[in-house]
Amino acid sequence: MTDQTHPATVLTTRDGVPLKVSIARALRVRKLYAALLVLPLFFFVMISFVLPIADMLYRSVENNIVPETLPRTIVALQAWDERSGETPSEDVFSAFAVDLREAAEAKRHTRLGSRLNYEKSGVSSLFRKTGRRVGRFEEGNYREQFLKVDEDWADPEIWQTIKQFSSPVTSGYFLAAADMERTPDGVQFRPENERIYLFLFWRTLVMSVTITLFCIALGYPIAFLLASLPLRTSNLLMIMVLLPFWTSLLVRTSAWKVLLQQQGVINDTLVWIGLVGDDARLSMINNQTGTIIAMTHILLPFMILPLYSVMKTISPTYMRAAKSMGASDWYAFWRVYFPQTVPGIGAGSILVFILSIGYYITPELVGGTSGIFISNRIAFHISSSLNWGLAAALGVMLLAAVMVLYWLYDRIVGIDNVKLG
Amino acid sequence: MKLKSILFAATALTFGSAAAGATDLTIVSWGGAYSASQDNAYHQPYMELNPDVNIINDESSPEAVAKLRAMNEAGNITWDLVDVEAADAIRLCDEGLAMEVDHNAILAAAPDGTSATDDFGEMIVADCFIPQIVFSTTFGYRTDEVPAGVEPPTGACDVFDLAKYPGKRALNKQPIANMEWALLCDGVPYAEIYSTLETEEGQARAFAKLDTIKDETIWWSASAEPIQMLADGEVFMASAYNGRLFSLIVEDKQPVEMAWDWQMFDLDGWIIPTGLSDDKLQAVLEYLNFATDTQRLADQAKFISYGPARKSSIPLVGDHASLGIDMAPHMPTNPDNAANTFVNNYEWWADNRDDLDAKFQAWLTK
Repeated sequence: MTDQTHPATVLTTRDGVPLKVSIARALRVRKLYAALLVLPLFFFVMISFVLPIADMLYRSVENNIVPETLPRTIVALQAWDERSGETPSEDVFSAFAVDLREAAEAKRHTRLGSRLNYEKSGVSSLFRKTGRRVGRFEEGNYREQFLKVDEDWADPEIWQTIKQFSSPVTSGYFLAAADMERTPDGVQFRPENERIYLFLFWRTLVMSVTITLFCIALGYPIAFLLASLPLRTSNLLMIMVLLPFWTSLLVRTSAWKVLLQQQGVINDTLVWIGLVGDDARLSMINNQTGTIIAMTHILLPFMILPLYSVMKTISPTYMRAAKSMGASDWYAFWRVYFPQTVPGIGAGSILVFILSIGYYITPELVGGTSGIFISNRIAFHISSSLNWGLAAALGVMLLAAVMVLYWLYDRIVGIDNVKLG
Repeated sequence: MKLKSILFAATALTFGSAAAGATDLTIVSWGGAYSASQDNAYHQPYMELNPDVNIINDESSPEAVAKLRAMNEAGNITWDLVDVEAADAIRLCDEGLAMEVDHNAILAAAPDGTSATDDFGEMIVADCFIPQIVFSTTFGYRTDEVPAGVEPPTGACDVFDLAKYPGKRALNKQPIANMEWALLCDGVPYAEIYSTLETEEGQARAFAKLDTIKDETIWWSASAEPIQMLADGEVFMASAYNGRLFSLIVEDKQPVEMAWDWQMFDLDGWIIPTGLSDDKLQAVLEYLNFATDTQRLADQAKFISYGPARKSSIPLVGDHASLGIDMAPHMPTNPDNAANTFVNNYEWWADNRDDLDAKFQAWLTK
């Protein structure tokens, strides 16, 4: 009796365990179950997403091949002063002969050659050539024997390159991705005629923003129509929005070629009407215009769909209320309707922007030289030049740029203001 | 009951034979007309002779280099034989992704007994590379757009002559071939091309020559693009692979002609990926021995206008299989077409590709 009337100091369950503990225990079990349920998903995401990306990112600094293939040479090179302008001593050459002979037996010397060729042209064939002969070298006087295979072994720059890239981790790829290089005098920009990446990053960002703005301008009215028309008409419209979405990307890009090229449908029509002279046909493809037009078209559904799903939830009564209180059409739209669609614009913009900075097929086909993106270079280094380290470094920089932009977006617009429906 | 047991027996037989003999060979190539020519000349006859071999065509050659490397790193090679260009074969060989082979040991000798190495001669540009065809990057032009009273173009140097042949041109978006053409047409002797291109001044000279036509040039990256641009009249003149130009002119009958002078030869052939199992390797070698013999290489030219890589195959090249026209005049190696030709220097490009590509791209974006 007294226990119950007096507010108990600790509430307990029937078996005397404090209520708080008991609840926590029950919740813990539940949480454990929940965790077990997401466990497969967690592993799936780890294995198929996080690990491969981490691996790819690691490649942007990985440089194991040099210290693993030339361990003795690197130790011997420590004593050599790369600023001396002289060829290293016989010790280095004899260590190098042993390393290279081992590498040639394991057929690793040409891989190392390709790796170092990224930093200095000519190393590739030097290693290939020397690797063939090093097995037949005689004891002693290695310097002379190397020079006999190729004079280039006397070039201190070759040895500078080896020494510079002798650690298992390198910043070389990142420097290259930022149009820089390391010289004996420190880090410098590359010569003007080799700089390209920073400019391409800048162009990628500017053009992606432009494409996003075009998508907003074109997508907003369509989404508005979709949301306000009666269901039957809007369904038909929706199919017309989605139809291109289901068509192959390459087909759509090629269709733009047919339309936009100088002997294409649009130019032919303009000439036929007489708006444009036959010798002054507009160039709308193989330049930035082509990329912007084709990509705006391809990415438009990613803007329309989030906008539509947000607009669909806006009750028409708000507009009616505004008008009944004397607002003009424009005022009611701008002050009542538009602010409610901002989350849709935000979601659509993020989707379109992020998709467009990673695009490369469409710019490659319709962009000519002035309309290609940084992703075209990344694709080139992955699939053609096999310089995966540089591709990874460019990828990391792109990822970092997106994250910075995302952070800015969150600060300015607020990520809570994004709604996908 | 009886039917059932027959069915059982039949099923058991099929499975039994599958387990005992049938070998699947996954052969990677370029797709389109090229794969079709290989199918007609190599695969079908081979499968007729060896019913237990089943050849699977994979059209992944355009991304073969990257995919082979990824497969190798994953330790799971699913390809048995890969068709690549010579430059890529060198790259794959350097990376240790392609197997080094002894050409005389694995390839058939010519009918007159010439060894495979002598028969292929200089075409064997890498220890991993088994040559198959010679193709060329050459020029096609619109016959209906040649200005009145002007001789039609004859070769690469006409591309640089804007006064004589106004209009747009299409060139491959890479330094290889374009840099050489620029120097050749600027008056550098053939023998000095690569030594010139190795110097800063030589590169500047090549870019300066390309600068003269830069505004009028559309750069292509997919090999179907120049063909489409020629067919639509989008460009007056374009560099393209000769086999594709052949189809455009002879099969599609478009008003286009070839300008062969200073065509650039290139090679295409097989590489065997490293890391095949012994049985697979055995099957691949048997197939290769058949598919690269003198007759087979000559047969392929019936279906596509690429020249066979063996000297002994050249006299055997006959008529087109369906059009019935003589293929010899359409071969890049035909003497009438090959007055001035060059073979790109693979070794030189392997060394300088990374450097020049960066400069070329920087030049393009300017």
